[in-house]
Amino acid sequence: MKFLNFTLLIFFVSNISCAQENFPPIEIPKKIEYTYKAVIEGIDIAWGLDFINDKEFIVTEKSGKLYKISNNVKTEITGLPDVYVRGQGGLLDVALHPNFIENNIIFLTLSSKIGEGDGGNTALYSAELNKNSLNNLKLLYKAFPNSKKGQHFGSRIVFDNNNYLFFSIGDRGNRDINPQDINIDGGKIYRLNLDGSIPNDNPFVNESNAKKAIYSYGHRNPQGMAVHPKTGKIWVNEHGPRGGDEINIIEKGGNYGWPEITYGINYSGTTITNKRSLPGMEQPFYYWIPSIAPSGMTFLTSNKYKGWKNSLFIGSLKFEYLERLVIKKNKVIKREKILNKIGRIRDVNQGPDGYLYVNVDGKGVFKIIPN
Amino acid sequence: MKIFFSAYILVISYLFNFIQKEKSFEQSISDGKIIYEDFCIQCHLSNGEGLEKVYPPLNNSDYLLKNIDKSIYSIKYGLKGEIIVNGIKYNGVMINQGLDDEEIADVMNYITNSWDNSLKIQITTKRVNELKK
Repeated sequence: MKFLNFTLLIFFVSNISCAQENFPPIEIPKKIEYTYKAVIEGIDIAWGLDFINDKEFIVTEKSGKLYKISNNVKTEITGLPDVYVRGQGGLLDVALHPNFIENNIIFLTLSSKIGEGDGGNTALYSAELNKNSLNNLKLLYKAFPNSKKGQHFGSRIVFDNNNYLFFSIGDRGNRDINPQDINIDGGKIYRLNLDGSIPNDNPFVNESNAKKAIYSYGHRNPQGMAVHPKTGKIWVNEHGPRGGDEINIIEKGGNYGWPEITYGINYSGTTITNKRSLPGMEQPFYYWIPSIAPSGMTFLTSNKYKGWKNSLFIGSLKFEYLERLVIKKNKVIKREKILNKIGRIRDVNQGPDGYLYVNVDGKGVFKIIPN
Repeated sequence: MKIFFSAYILVISYLFNFIQKEKSFEQSISDGKIIYEDFCIQCHLSNGEGLEKVYPPLNNSDYLLKNIDKSIYSIKYGLKGEIIVNGIKYNGVMINQGLDDEEIADVMNYITNSWDNSLKIQITTKRVNELKK
């Protein structure tokens, strides 16, 4: 009897610990139907990337360098603003203006010391790219206050189908103040017009002290962003603390709950809150336990890879693979490891040629080639 | 005039000495904890355990405790390429975190004197400063 009790206890305890891991479990495909090859090497942290055409792209290096890659050769682009390189900050994302072919405009996010106070915060710039230099540099947004904290600059940039620019800023290591206060920057998704002005139907334009560029709030550190190819909605993934990384579908004016609600705990193992949901706060579309440290994300829309069309691809910094998520009826039904153990994946993009390109820390940019 | 000049020198040298003065070992360790929780904990985790084959451990790390200058250098300028820690290969990248010399000394004092580590030798800002690229 004692033995039976013990067995039951073990069964019970193991069930509890299983329930911690979020469904569905990650799978390693039995058959690997792709290879990969380096497109460019020798970039330490290729944080963000955008394509000019089939043969050329622009890539940021976190330490503060910007490169144009043409036919596998890199050329440094000059004329960058000052970059505050500290902790997770540096030169972060790059995105070409939707009408780049005519105006040569690119957008950059980076951490910057501009303005009062020690330290820095996330800034968004636009600039014209002429050959290999930037001209007509414009500061479109600078978050405040500056802080010497090393974390959570956010910084992904995307454009929706109505030509609004969306970008993210993380909570800057001040989770109890920034994410839930719309009068302060940090822990937010922002929406701007392409010239940097604030759309007059942004959700908080009529709140007197609010930062009017805010589109949603209550975020921790969103570093993956993609536009859903069918719905046109903005999807983000964000780093949780220990456990509780999330995918969120962004609603105008939505509060995503950090740190009032979370599926994660502190790095030390202590509790942040027991609340997983509260009225008026959005639930994640998906969350990870344990954390994978999600970075860039993209939906695959091409037919280049057998069975992968419409999957969502997200890089894992922590476990060093590319995650393929299959979504059916608004649910993640399958998760798969691609490029297992390739290294810390910082960003993933679909090129104009329909192939997937991943940025790997310490290595460079790789193209995935189907067999 | 002469008196004013000597007094001036005295005050300046006193101030200089004050600025240069190393903080106490205990203070450095406790300041280092704040730096650790801000810049390092995401990968090396709260007890310096790291993640096998991905993020090298700091607790009981032979690499850290036997290569103090190299470790300081790595925090100051970054570390890339293969290293072996407690018999396990790591081949990642740690970029320089943009910490100043004093912050590096503090965080080194924290990681070499926390968990099971007890180096008990204070790493000074001067030592960090003298390590050039």
